[in-house]
Amino acid sequence: MAHSVKILVVAETKLGAVRKTTLEALAEARRLAAEGGGSVGAALIGPAGAGEAERLAQHGADVVFRVEGAALERYAPESYAAAVAGAVGASSPEVLFFAATAQGRDLAPRAAARLHAGLASDCVGFSWSGGGLVARRPVFAGKAFGTIAFGTARPQIASIRPNTFTPATPDPARPAVVELVALGDVAVRARVVGFEASEGEVADLTEANVIVSGGRAMGGPENFELLRKLCKVLGATLGASRAAVDAGWIDHSHQVGQTGKVVNPTLYFAIGISGAIQHLAGMSSSRTIVAINKDKDAPIFKVASYGVVGDLYQVVPALTMELEKALKE
Amino acid sequence: MNVLVFVKQVPDTETRIQIKDGQVDLSSVKWVPNPYDEFAIEEALRSKERIGAGKVTVVSLGPDRVKDAIKYALSLGADEGVHVKGDGVALDDPSCVATVLAAAARKVGFDLILAGKQGVDHDWSQAGVMLAERLDLPHVSVVVNLELDAAAKSGRAKREVEGGTELVEFSLPAVITAQKGLNEPRYASLKGIMAVKKKTIPEWTLADLGVDAASVGPDAAGVRFLEFSLPPARAAGKVLEGDPADTARELVRLLRQEAKVI
Repeated sequence: MAHSVKILVVAETKLGAVRKTTLEALAEARRLAAEGGGSVGAALIGPAGAGEAERLAQHGADVVFRVEGAALERYAPESYAAAVAGAVGASSPEVLFFAATAQGRDLAPRAAARLHAGLASDCVGFSWSGGGLVARRPVFAGKAFGTIAFGTARPQIASIRPNTFTPATPDPARPAVVELVALGDVAVRARVVGFEASEGEVADLTEANVIVSGGRAMGGPENFELLRKLCKVLGATLGASRAAVDAGWIDHSHQVGQTGKVVNPTLYFAIGISGAIQHLAGMSSSRTIVAINKDKDAPIFKVASYGVVGDLYQVVPALTMELEKALKE
Repeated sequence: MNVLVFVKQVPDTETRIQIKDGQVDLSSVKWVPNPYDEFAIEEALRSKERIGAGKVTVVSLGPDRVKDAIKYALSLGADEGVHVKGDGVALDDPSCVATVLAAAARKVGFDLILAGKQGVDHDWSQAGVMLAERLDLPHVSVVVNLELDAAAKSGRAKREVEGGTELVEFSLPAVITAQKGLNEPRYASLKGIMAVKKKTIPEWTLADLGVDAASVGPDAAGVRFLEFSLPPARAAGKVLEGDPADTARELVRLLRQEAKVI
């Protein structure tokens, strides 16, 4: 029997386990369903470990649409878009959520185009207005925010920025109602055949809780060792300003700012970064910002919760030592 | 290899965004080619150069000012440029934009389509991928490395994901969206800048593309902006100065006891 739902969350798995970003989306879907009425579903696509459907149910899914098929063994935008369309067909949702991860950002537009419905990407807030969804999202890398309304097509599709919402406490009393959705043959003309891990990173910048970034004042690639040491003590991810990346001192995948990653960690260290507007755009939603810079007039101090005016080559080693001591206690 | 590149114009990344009556005030903005599109243009030129045959066509959708972005691409070495007039198109909606771009792509013809992974204005990251779906083509997004095999009509791309890169194999024709790191864009040569003066940039309307204006107008938009606002201002912070060891100790104390973040 087909179950229709008000909100369908497309679950994302990594090595068969549902990712935290999916649980964040489910929590927001539950809140919206409590406010606007209706039920919440989750689409679980491709390989998933035993107990993952239960996990989705315990985190807020009333129905889990389990989509299986030979074309879903590994993520491919074409087959996964077909799977999303299948789950949408089975559940007729008014709202469809994705996580704005690398996969979600790749899949959501493909699925939205297939469903001929509008997509608001990278959202950080939602409300109901006159029965329709209104989304809030950053534009210009966070220099401003826009509110979005959807056209008449359904579902209203949105991807949700990681670390924005908090997963619900799992409720073991919530049973998993699973509906199977079969996927037929799909031509896959772009397929993932391998993965290369970047070295030594604890978490991706977009998901990191603590980030330590270095800028122009680092002076060269060798001095990033200072920051790597600090990262190690803090369990932090290494970031950089555009100046440091364009100088060739560090790979572009570390860049924070308007032409890099937009980040929202709990704690952000800006070290030797003057605070060009395009950098500030990418990090100013961090909860606590620490700036270390020689120039007391640097714009970075305007957004810093704590500013240290001083020579980074003296302050950073001292800070690393103090943190090491403090965190050992 | 005929490569089609879509470029858009965006406000310079140094722009301080101002809001007027709930809308972004673009009146004094300096418009530049979208930074990610620069990597797409460069990759198109390199692909043509490596294969040694074919042409690079640059298409931009929007008002008359986007001709500057087309001229910029021509000065770098693109063979042809086309301006698709944006009149009546819901340019803030990626879905409508993708529909128009798909029609333009069919008219131009291509073996490969390149575009930036996102416009650094509204940051949707959608039009390139939606375009692939409209054209029923495979896509690879956020690409940092691209190898093409024209004879085998296939390619390999590396795309950036959390914690590393994915290696993707795809068949041509395909849509690729470019991430920073894909290449190091060249500068325009004087010869290139002079050559632009001799080129004409045809203007295509929706009628030229056979697109029904109602299907890409405001009423057909999937999403629309209601209003814009500036982020809440951050409260003034504390400034520490003096002996490095002392300030480090004080900073750790504040992070633990006041901010409670470590």
